Amino acid sequence: MREITFAEAIREALREEMHRDASVFIMGEDVGVFGGVFGVTAGLYEEFGPDRVRDTPISESAIVGGGLGAAMMGMRPVVEIMFGDFLMCAGDQIVNQAAKARYMSGGKAKVPLTIRVTTGAPGSAAAQHSQSPESWFMNVPGLKIAVPATPADAKGLLKTAIRGEDPVLFFEHKMLYAVRGPVPEDPDFTIPFGAANLARAGRDLTIIAIGGMLAKALEAADALSQEGIEAEVIDPRTLVPLDKDALIRSAAKTGRVVIAHEAHKRAGPGAEIAALLAEEAVEYLDGPIMRVAAKNVPIPYSPVLEEEVLPGVDDILAAARFLMGGAKA
Amino acid sequence: MSEHPVSALETISSQPLSAYDPSLLLEMFRRMTLVREFELRAIEERRNGLIPGFIHPCVGQEATAVGACLALKQDDVITSTHRGHGHLIGKGGDPRYMMAELAGRSTGYCLGRGGSLHIADFDLGMLGANGIVAGGIPIAVGAGLAFHLRGEKRVALAFFGDGAVNQGAFHEAANMAGLWKLPVIFMCENNLYGEGTPQHKQAPIADLARRAEGYGFPGVIVDGNDVLEVYEAVRMAAERARAGLGPTFIEGKTYRQRGHYEGDPMVYRTQEEMEYWKARDPVVLFRRRLLEAGVFDAQTLDKVHQDVLHQLDEAVAFAKSAPIPGPEEALLGVYGDTHNGLVF
Ligand SMILES: Cc1ncc(C[n+]2csc(CCOP(=O)(O)OP(=O)(O)O)c2C)c(N)n1
Ligand SMILES: [Mg+2]
Repeated sequence: MREITFAEAIREALREEMHRDASVFIMGEDVGVFGGVFGVTAGLYEEFGPDRVRDTPISESAIVGGGLGAAMMGMRPVVEIMFGDFLMCAGDQIVNQAAKARYMSGGKAKVPLTIRVTTGAPGSAAAQHSQSPESWFMNVPGLKIAVPATPADAKGLLKTAIRGEDPVLFFEHKMLYAVRGPVPEDPDFTIPFGAANLARAGRDLTIIAIGGMLAKALEAADALSQEGIEAEVIDPRTLVPLDKDALIRSAAKTGRVVIAHEAHKRAGPGAEIAALLAEEAVEYLDGPIMRVAAKNVPIPYSPVLEEEVLPGVDDILAAARFLMGGAKA
Repeated sequence: MSEHPVSALETISSQPLSAYDPSLLLEMFRRMTLVREFELRAIEERRNGLIPGFIHPCVGQEATAVGACLALKQDDVITSTHRGHGHLIGKGGDPRYMMAELAGRSTGYCLGRGGSLHIADFDLGMLGANGIVAGGIPIAVGAGLAFHLRGEKRVALAFFGDGAVNQGAFHEAANMAGLWKLPVIFMCENNLYGEGTPQHKQAPIADLARRAEGYGFPGVIVDGNDVLEVYEAVRMAAERARAGLGPTFIEGKTYRQRGHYEGDPMVYRTQEEMEYWKARDPVVLFRRRLLEAGVFDAQTLDKVHQDVLHQLDEAVAFAKSAPIPGPEEALLGVYGDTHNGLVF
């Protein structure tokens, strides 16, 4: 299969869906002429014109709210919020409006709205440009949350989001944009929400890895393999809906679970997953559910501080070795 | 080509040079030169690897930063933006601690935690650069509210760009400040672009000072590349604020000569446009004016320039020899009470 980057996979999904359905359009800051600050939408303005690839003012609330209203009127907007941190500027429109519109209206409102947004720390971008806010929105019924970790998943999940009927927060890790991988060319290739990806099979422990942590989990699994420990690596791909059956199945198989994400540890996605496993799979577990996550500190600027706060391969290894009977790091 | 259209709004002009204290004029020149050279040096040191993060240089906007800050009193406060180095230097910031912060060192202004995007010096009344467009504007209104509540004759000035006036935060803050007649100055640096998108594609009006009308306070326009015009406008606005008459919106028409961030390929504008604005360089213009009026001779101004360069050599040396924070420092400082350090 041909290989393309994560960014190209997203662009391809956008292009294909815009060709397929005239109600799909894009809007956001610098997405048009500039091609997006990460270059993701490059060329789409030239191909589809300023109406369907709209540069907006710096107005996150109106970008999301505008997308919501257009969606209610039968469009399928894909709006872009440049950094996950800026979602809070659109907080009301996401949390109080888009998430609840269908339910509150007794099903009258339909909200096929995709909110593409970057997540994660790109390195020394400091506290307002480095956050992983996925779990802030897990507590809000009505939103779906996708966290692709590979180019193929990015393409397949984005197409599902655009074709779907609900508001989706689509989190793209900045450090994944340049990563290459095989991506199907079939324009009807989609990946359903709520279907985890078993990225690596193993028998000794399960690493549940989210978004940018998938590659690190796989790297850790390779290292563990050298020590005779076979880790299974699972990527939930969407946090809402969550493929809990796949997670429970793997926990039952290995009896040991590490959850890795770049969001802060306290009330991050791992808290929900750990609680779920505690409720429904505790009888299979041979040890505590371990979370590898960013420490509960705003992401610092200085590289040494930042590295201390962010989770890495070593942290996954330490948690895995502890579960396998080693000392707690 | 992007140019500022001729405006019908009230404009402010400066007085003849002879009306100003020469020491003020020299300090204006010194600070503008320091801002310019600080930016150029930071760009160089970023290339050399001393500075790990992004920087948003304000080259070309020295007059708005310095003119506004010098028209304030020492205990007045400002809020700043992602393009904040000039604002901090305008307020009297020390380039050593600035350079150390940009280098992520323990002795930087924010202990290496914040970097360029969050640089602050509360002792100088600089309440912080900001990573969120328009994020500082409501904070300035809150500072003005505190001064009002305590009956202090202090002023809060919010710097922001042309892009920020399209944020809800600006509108809410402006309305509240207008309603309560708070001692706030809305200082808009209209540099014709927000990132890669020109101003005329972000708002249906070119004179952003017109927004003030809807919130019940005056909006004035100045040539943002003329430090004395900026100075006059802010001085008058501060007088108004101290007299309890409420806010003023000042729009300085200016231009950012370099990329949005250092490394920006700048595909969105022409060489011709950049040349046009280079010919209106605020530092060059002010120097020429001082010389032509005979206020200072070239030797005096050259000496100021040399001193600034020397000061920056020292700042870079300070940053290079400053300690790099250890990992154990990462968990400190999240809270102010006894939970400090307990961040689990
Ligand atoms: C809420 C928010 N939205 C978007 C951004 C990304 N961003 C950073 S600077 C900028 C442009 C700001 O333009 P302007 O206010 O004119 O300031 P300038 O950069 O021209 O100084 C944008 C869109 C941000 N930092 N915060
Ligand atoms: Mg601007």
